[in-house]
Amino acid sequence: MSLLDYFRVTKASSASVAKERLQILVAHERSSRSQPSYLPQLQKELLEVIRKYVNVGQDAISVNFEQDDDQEILELNIVLPDHQAKKS
Amino acid sequence: MARIIVVTSGKGGVGKTTTSAAISMGLAKKGYKTAVIDFDVGLRNLDLVMGCERRVVYDFINVINGEANLNQALIRDKHCEQLYILPASQTRDKDALSVEGVGKILEELSKEFQYIVCDSPAGIEKGAHLAMYFADDAFVVTNPEVSSVRDSDRMLGLLSSKSRRAEQNEEPIKEYLLLSRYSPDRVKLGEMLSVKDVQEILSLHLLGVIPESKSVLNASNSGIPVILDQKSDAGQAYADIVARYLGEEKPHRFIDEKKGIFGKLFGGK
Repeated sequence: MSLLDYFRVTKASSASVAKERLQILVAHERSSRSQPSYLPQLQKELLEVIRKYVNVGQDAISVNFEQDDDQEILELNIVLPDHQAKKS
Repeated sequence: MARIIVVTSGKGGVGKTTTSAAISMGLAKKGYKTAVIDFDVGLRNLDLVMGCERRVVYDFINVINGEANLNQALIRDKHCEQLYILPASQTRDKDALSVEGVGKILEELSKEFQYIVCDSPAGIEKGAHLAMYFADDAFVVTNPEVSSVRDSDRMLGLLSSKSRRAEQNEEPIKEYLLLSRYSPDRVKLGEMLSVKDVQEILSLHLLGVIPESKSVLNASNSGIPVILDQKSDAGQAYADIVARYLGEEKPHRFIDEKKGIFGKLFGGK
C-alpha cells in the first residue's frame, strides 16, 4: 500500500466496465456462432406457417439451439395469443 | 514446406502491417528464408512501411494473372537478403484474388521459402478471407480497446470455420495473441483493459505485448521495420515475439509500467 493509494478514488474503472461489457457480448456472439446457419431461415418459415393459422406477432416464436457433447437440442417456443383469433 | 502465418485483426489501424513487416524481418534475420505478402489489394501499404515502394514493378495480381512470374514480382529487402516482399496491386479491385490463384502462388513460394507471412487487410471481405484461408498459424493483432477485442473474436470464429484447415477437418490453425499499443500506465489507472483481461475474454495464447511507442511511427516514417530499431521498446518487443514463436523461452516484458523516481517513492506495492 503506497501513500498515493489512500487518495485514489475507488469507483468502477472504465477498464472494468469494458471488460464486463465485452465478456457478455463475446459470450453471446460465440453462442450464436455455433448455431447452424439455417436457423434464421427456419425461424422465418416456421413463423409464416404458424401465421397462416394463428395471428401471432413477429416475436412470438423463439428458436434455441444447444449443443452438448453428444447431442444437439433444437428448442422451439411459440407463444399463442390469449384469444386464438383465427384468420378467415 | 513453408509455414504460413497470417497477421489478422478484423479491425483496421491496430498494427497489422507494422507487425507483418516486423515479424517477417525478425524471422529473416534469424536466418529463415521469408516472404511477406500484402493482401490489401487496392490499398497497398506494406511496401511503404518496408521502404521498397519505389522498387515495385510487378505485383501479386500480375503473378496470379500470369502477366509476370514470381521472381519478377518478389522484391528482395535491402536490409536482409533472406527477406522478400510481394506487394499488392494498387489499381485493381480485390475481385482479382481467387482461392485457386492464391493457392497456386503459396504452393510455389512454399518450395523456396521457410516462412510466408500474409498481411491481411482489415475487414472480413475477400482479401481478409484469402489471407487467412491457407494459414497454419494466425497472429491476431489486438489493441486493448473494446471494438478491437470484439473484432478479434469475430476473426477467431472465421479462422476456426472458414479456413482450409477447418474445411478439410485438419488440425486447426494455431492462434496467437499480439496485444499492441499497450500502455501499462493507463492499465494501472484502470483506464485500459489489461493483458489478463484481453486474454480472459479471448482465451488466446499470448505471444507478446507491444507497448505504445513513438518508435513505431518513426520507423514507418523512414520505411524501416521497427524490429531493426533494437534500442526501442517496440523493436525489442517484436524481437521477443519472433523468438517466442520459434520456441525460445523469453519472459514477457512491457506489461508493467516503467517507474520513474517519483513512482518508485510513491507507487510501490
